[in-house]
Amino acid sequence: MTDAAVIECTDVSRVYPGGVRALDRVSLAVRPGDFLAVVGPSGSGKSTLLQLMGALDRPTGGEVRVAGTELGRLSDGALSRLRGETIGFVFQQFHLSPLMSVCDNVAEGLLYSGVRHRERRLLAVDKLTRLGLGHRLRHRPDALSGGERQRVAIARALVGDPAVILADEPTGNLDTANGDTVIEILRGLAAGGTAVVVVTHDREVAAGMDRVIEVRDGRIVDVPDRVTG
Amino acid sequence: MSRLRTGDVARLAARGLRGHPVRFLLSALGIAIGVAAMVAVTGIAQSSQADLDQKLDRLGTNLLTVLPAEDLNGEQTRLPPTAAAMLRRIAPVTAASAVGQLDDLGAYRSPYVPEGQTSSVVVAAVDTTLLATVRGEVSRGHWFTPAGSRYPTVVLGAAAARRLGIETPGTRVWVGDQWAVVVGVLAPLDLAPELDPAVMLPAGSAQQYFGSDGTATSVYVRTDEDRVAAVSDVVPATAAPESPELVSVSRPSSALEAKLAADDALDQLLLGLAAVGLLVGGIGVSNTMIIASIERRSEIGLRRALGATRPHIAIQFLAESLLMSVAGGVGGVVLGSLVTAYWSRAQGVPPALPVWVGALGIGLTAVVGSLAGLYPAVRASRESPVSALASL
Repeated sequence: MTDAAVIECTDVSRVYPGGVRALDRVSLAVRPGDFLAVVGPSGSGKSTLLQLMGALDRPTGGEVRVAGTELGRLSDGALSRLRGETIGFVFQQFHLSPLMSVCDNVAEGLLYSGVRHRERRLLAVDKLTRLGLGHRLRHRPDALSGGERQRVAIARALVGDPAVILADEPTGNLDTANGDTVIEILRGLAAGGTAVVVVTHDREVAAGMDRVIEVRDGRIVDVPDRVTG
Repeated sequence: MSRLRTGDVARLAARGLRGHPVRFLLSALGIAIGVAAMVAVTGIAQSSQADLDQKLDRLGTNLLTVLPAEDLNGEQTRLPPTAAAMLRRIAPVTAASAVGQLDDLGAYRSPYVPEGQTSSVVVAAVDTTLLATVRGEVSRGHWFTPAGSRYPTVVLGAAAARRLGIETPGTRVWVGDQWAVVVGVLAPLDLAPELDPAVMLPAGSAQQYFGSDGTATSVYVRTDEDRVAAVSDVVPATAAPESPELVSVSRPSSALEAKLAADDALDQLLLGLAAVGLLVGGIGVSNTMIIASIERRSEIGLRRALGATRPHIAIQFLAESLLMSVAGGVGGVVLGSLVTAYWSRAQGVPPALPVWVGALGIGLTAVVGSLAGLYPAVRASRESPVSALASL
């Protein structure tokens, strides 16, 4: 169902100043519960696609709709709000502050939503507990293992109950075991109805996902339903 | 709409500064030094003013000093022996005391000191009312008593006592060609500092033993507070009816005020230098914040991904700059107050530091902090939202 798509790209192009065509008429829909991998070599355009799906950038051609809103006409402030309300980001480098407890790091996910500090913390505790980090609330991120840190980052992405989780190389800094755990957590989220998009260059990671989109030279390459690496 | 609460802004700013405590302290110190200098200069000036006000309150501004000038041949003239008595007859005059310097006499520790070694002290015959007229204070011993003033006794000015090396009353000094007993030593005279190096003889015994002719080299006149100017106009003709043009009248309290006014000009200069210090401190803060905006690109990217708008980022950096600056300002006000307190203690004047000085100091740092943070804040807010992504 097209109407239900949380992210919908229609003939999307992104040409950078200087004439570099990073994306060329790409169409794609992400629906609730999707567990989707975006793969491609560096320079393929997958980063540009991620930026557009995450409302971090606007297309130069075509339409990107996030939660039904077309990005092309939005102001910078409206784009910020859309990101804050709809999308949860997970980064390769975790981006946790060493100056705050794990709990406060997660609560930071709601900093720009207007929710009070106390309430933010309660919501953070709830998400952390669900991800099995209830015993780590007061620790600093430096005291955690890489896998735990990425789980904290996932909790921060989830704390605002976004419709989409966009993960940018979420296993890039983790060993295989921890990487698998993270992917399993994301799979669980997708099963719960959240759309999950993972951008990765790791085909093994992509292989475990429901759908794989391969980007090459700014276009989506047809990929069989189940990718075999 | 995305929104950031005021309390959260404060929390963000405090945390941002905690990330680099040494850098924060050094930048704040730059501001603190400028503000401390401003507060200290103002505090010291205010304390001096308070001290002068207190002094003038005690000493009065109604004292006139009457001095004979040099005549056409360049010779020092003297006032007639009747001058003080005549001046006392002017209605608003409450007291008039004559001082007659005895140029031929020297004062020495003993007859064996060579005559040329005068120790820069002068010998003067004074009316016994002088101490009350100039509102001087005796630091050791006592002033002339009616009985004592008939004998060769002396009271030493503060500088005279120091130069002769005499500490205790009862000591003898060799004046002219005979001994005289020191009965007292005065504290420095604020309104008549020219008497500090004087060895003072009572007028009666000066005439009897030391050959004084009763003429005066100065007369100190106290008048009614409100009639000082009027009295000053009639003083020359009264004191020296034969040659009023050779009499000058001055008001020593004006000299004290003028001295402070001269200090005022210096204070302005120092205040200007302190302002330059504050400006340099502000540039330091600005520089620190620019470095922070460059270093924290990925933090900015993360915040933009979490829903922060450009103004949110700008406000966060502005708040950090403001907090850094105001923290320095508070430290500077404390430091400047301590300097003022220490200075007044050392000078023995009452410390005076109005609250507005501190408030102004902190207010000024708030302005400096906002201006210093403006460019770094705008710069940080322009950082691209994609800066947190690995694939870049």
